[in-house]
Amino acid sequence: MAVITVLEAIREAMREEMRNDDRVFIMGEDIGARGGVFLATEGFLSEFGEERIIDTPLAESSIAGIALGAAMSGLRPIAEIEFADFIWPTINQIVGEAAKVRYGTEGKLNAPMVLRAPQGGGVRGALYHSQSVEAIFAHTPGLKVVTPSTPYDAKGLLKSSIRDDDPVIFLEHKRTYRLVKGEVPDQEYTIPLGKADVKKLGEDISIITYGLMVHHCLEAAQMASLENISVEVLDLRTVRPLDMESIINTVKKTGKTLIVYEDNQALGIGSEVSALISQHAFEYLDAPVIRLGGPEVPAMPFSPPLENMFMIDAEKISTAIKELAEY
Amino acid sequence: METNLKIQDELLLKMYKDMVLCRTLDERIWMLNRQGKAAIMASSQGHEAGQIGSVAALRKGYDQCYIYYRDLAVLLTLGLTPAEIIKGFVAKEGEPLSGARQFPTHGAHPEYGVINLSNVIATHIPQAVGAALTAKMKKEDRVIVAYFGDGASSAGDCHEAMNFAAIHKLPIIFFCENNGYAISVPLSKQMAVANVAARAEGYGMPGIEIDGCDIVAVYETTVEAVTRARAGLGPTLIEANVERYLPHTSDDDDSIYRSSQEIEEAKKRDPLRLLREQLLERKILDLKEDNYIHESAKEIVNKATEEAENAPYPGTTDFFKHVYAE
Repeated sequence: MAVITVLEAIREAMREEMRNDDRVFIMGEDIGARGGVFLATEGFLSEFGEERIIDTPLAESSIAGIALGAAMSGLRPIAEIEFADFIWPTINQIVGEAAKVRYGTEGKLNAPMVLRAPQGGGVRGALYHSQSVEAIFAHTPGLKVVTPSTPYDAKGLLKSSIRDDDPVIFLEHKRTYRLVKGEVPDQEYTIPLGKADVKKLGEDISIITYGLMVHHCLEAAQMASLENISVEVLDLRTVRPLDMESIINTVKKTGKTLIVYEDNQALGIGSEVSALISQHAFEYLDAPVIRLGGPEVPAMPFSPPLENMFMIDAEKISTAIKELAEY
Repeated sequence: METNLKIQDELLLKMYKDMVLCRTLDERIWMLNRQGKAAIMASSQGHEAGQIGSVAALRKGYDQCYIYYRDLAVLLTLGLTPAEIIKGFVAKEGEPLSGARQFPTHGAHPEYGVINLSNVIATHIPQAVGAALTAKMKKEDRVIVAYFGDGASSAGDCHEAMNFAAIHKLPIIFFCENNGYAISVPLSKQMAVANVAARAEGYGMPGIEIDGCDIVAVYETTVEAVTRARAGLGPTLIEANVERYLPHTSDDDDSIYRSSQEIEEAKKRDPLRLLREQLLERKILDLKEDNYIHESAKEIVNKATEEAENAPYPGTTDFFKHVYAE
């Protein structure tokens, strides 16, 4: 078992899939000679050549639209959007078009494509290099949305996403890229989409979360254990489809649920998870379901105290845990 | 354009029969709309030469057409039957493109190589470029045609798609059916340049403006563009100047923004009449056969209408099917 970073896991997943399947290719900005601004495709141009590693003009709508056309005609494109903040021009091609390919052609066509983008804040990225975009895509049936937290998950989930027969939005938290390291098996493996993972077992409180927040939640859970509060941490891994069974199971076990996500709280993933819990596990609840999400400002500001005000950290999560424990 | 191609009489006559059938079908569907039986219709009347002439230059079932909502003649000449097409307009079971989930003429028919995914203007142009990228990567000599109107030529997706296709010398033809109106907005308010074809130079590909009512010009120009594309020489932008004889759709009232004199003037270059006159003059067609062609078309469309009207609506049991792979 090698210990690698999230970024290396993503690179490995793409390299392995490109070696295994010549229908897989990558297109995006600066992915060729530069190897991507985060170096996710470092070395790919020399291994796979210009035909399969396509440096595109700075034109995100067509990156998505051309990838969609290639997917509908038999290839398996990975389209990289340099930062998730630049993903909005693709909404028309992804939410408007890709999501509806299968439904709108009665299954005659499908779109096996992956749209990858680094997202999230806490990196001094300000309004336009910190956004979280999962909720916008997760709203639409026809799409799948993956938000990995660890190298093991990132690699296994990305390989499944590339092999999936439907469009997948794969959102990598850029803070995890080099910060989060973990063991990854030497042999081939995949992780199915739509399966959550219990990252820490606990008895008193369930935290449901995903992406970078998994790590802050684990830290907060550790702090809580010093005060004899036992916290379970469920990593959703895929925010569409949601793993209903795992969500309901953890709620049934603890009766108290905290949902933590960096994206704007209102109408976010946590809102849906909360609604599902109240509908399907109401009688198991010992306290209201609490969401801890991004505040009601449109994006994350630049200056450190302002950024900290937006960003959720272990301390804020600890406070929420204590309040919920005392309920 | 300079060309040595000689269009064969037989092909010309075949294209005329297709055009008569398409016009008859189009008129019938418009009537079905006025009878309250078809919810929506975007007529192709005045566009037929552009569509039939260009499809005739393709390898049917091999080349791919990414069409838009006014391409009835493309669908018909690629192989959809009049009954299948009318089923789309009356939203009945057996509609082959989307199972009547979508607006008429929308969906896909992979065997005929025709895709019309969306109502959103110009979104299909990058998708067509993606299909051309597939052809190039798979080293197939397949040609893709993206059909679109003058209105779509203003969209950012059109620009991005043309730019990418030219950079990578992709086997695609951008076929603009310019009828002078984006719903109600005339060309003068859509662009400051004289024509769409002029933009091709800015992308580094040939741009050719032709009379889209002259089916021979359309055919010969498309043949050249197809040859270029198959040879790996890259994309071509063809701007076919066509006419729109009816409102934008059956829900539009063009009398608000277009004079009847202007439409009468446009009818002087009705592609159907022009082709008929040419065939009669060259004695490829006589009046008796012409009459027979019209009568046959009417009969085909009558039968198709009956079949479509008598077909049931689709059941709802498959309503949730085809959201994801099963």
